Amino acid sequence: MDDLKDSILQYVTKEYLEDGSEPIGYETPLISGGIVDSFSMVSLKRFLENKYDIRIPDDKATPEAFDSVTKIAALVEEFVRKKG
Amino acid sequence: MAYPEKIRSIYQEQLKGIQAAGLFKEERYIHSPQAADIEVEFPAGAPLRKVINLCSNNYLGLSSHPDVVKAAHDGLESRGYGMSSVRFICGTQDIHRELERRMTEFLGTEDTLLFPSCMDANAGVFEAVLTKDDVMISDRLVHASLIDGIRLCSAMHDTYKHSDMAHLEEKLQLHADKRLKMVITDGVFSMDGDTAKLDEMVALCEKHGAMLLVDDSHASGFIGKTGRGTHEKCGVMGKIDIITTTFGKALGGASGGCVSGRRELVEMCRQRARPYLFSNTIAPVVVSGVLKVMEILSASTERRDKLEKNAAYWRKGLTAAGFILKEGDTPIVPVMLFNAKLSQDFSRALYDEGIYAIGFFFPVVPQGQARIRTQISAGHEIRHLDQALDAFVKVGKKFDVLGKTKQEIIEMYGI
Repeated sequence: MDDLKDSILQYVTKEYLEDGSEPIGYETPLISGGIVDSFSMVSLKRFLENKYDIRIPDDKATPEAFDSVTKIAALVEEFVRKKG
Repeated sequence: MAYPEKIRSIYQEQLKGIQAAGLFKEERYIHSPQAADIEVEFPAGAPLRKVINLCSNNYLGLSSHPDVVKAAHDGLESRGYGMSSVRFICGTQDIHRELERRMTEFLGTEDTLLFPSCMDANAGVFEAVLTKDDVMISDRLVHASLIDGIRLCSAMHDTYKHSDMAHLEEKLQLHADKRLKMVITDGVFSMDGDTAKLDEMVALCEKHGAMLLVDDSHASGFIGKTGRGTHEKCGVMGKIDIITTTFGKALGGASGGCVSGRRELVEMCRQRARPYLFSNTIAPVVVSGVLKVMEILSASTERRDKLEKNAAYWRKGLTAAGFILKEGDTPIVPVMLFNAKLSQDFSRALYDEGIYAIGFFFPVVPQGQARIRTQISAGHEIRHLDQALDAFVKVGKKFDVLGKTKQEIIEMYGI
């Protein structure tokens, strides 16, 4: 689980944070904290789908479900389990 | 009536919140035509004050040009005041099509369609040419009107970091499976005054089979050697698939905008763009004025050349005085103050010195990036710029920001 979280954290940091920004953690609010806007969620969703070979339906990819690294990791695990 | 006190209080609270956040917008009443020198009533009820305008989009100084005003008068006489119709019912006059031809020629595209504003052009263009099978990839700092247009379109939307070409290419690869890809950018970014790297963007779009849309509202008429826009400056005339632009800035400053580009894309807008289909045609008087503007610009580059010189003079003067500027070479010259309240106080002090320039702060610009955005015009003479520089230096001394680093200003005033 921590590997999964680290991988997501690394992607979010690279994709959304500007150079010199405060580092974020597993629980940092991403959407409600203004780090990831709802537009930019698309690339995060596509990154997860490609990397973990899963398909996250749009009704599951809600701002609430994507609001922290921990929540995203839980969502990914759910779909990886379903696939398996 | 269904507007009880309970509903009224909801809005009153919201308005109070906007005021408390320091985001309440107040209009300043101008009692003269738009120009370098204007007469302003501010605050409401105060005596009129003659000030130098450093915040209009009147880049070429054509908003009140006598030839443009006369052409508008003539158009009013010959084509009437209004058309009382959308374009496709009975709102298209010969001069509307004539202006479309002139814009196509000027921008070096295949066809053009007029819209009531560039806001409308941007609101309508995406839904007209893209579907849910497609993807739009936009710079993270594009204008609000593009964002609204993107929101109205069913295609997937993704963003890339501002002017970061490596990131854009990653996104083009990520969305390689989409039917159509459209990359979206401003030509000149209105808050920072920097220019999109259109040459690199065209190369990337060609490599990945993507279309490119550029909003050139802050460029049309003056950027590039003959003022055609950012695509001329970057050497990619004829390679931009869609250009949207406005007549509300350099091109006369009244109103109206257009979508110009590949023939089929423009035709799709004519068939499907809702702001075109369901909004009134541009008034004949405005079309007549813009036609005269295009005639003036096609005859000589004198105005854009003067603007370029003015902007360079202004930038050099501010830099020598010790201000921190956003780098660039456009007539948009942001003077960085970083702190929101400082930007407001600075703007007010400038006004007291006879200079009209506005402070911008979060959320219009990123947190900690507050600034005075100055905009130079071909309507400015050197004496205007010298007077404005004197005022900036006086106010800069008062707030002790001259020659200071970003860190030092933040230490004095906070972020």
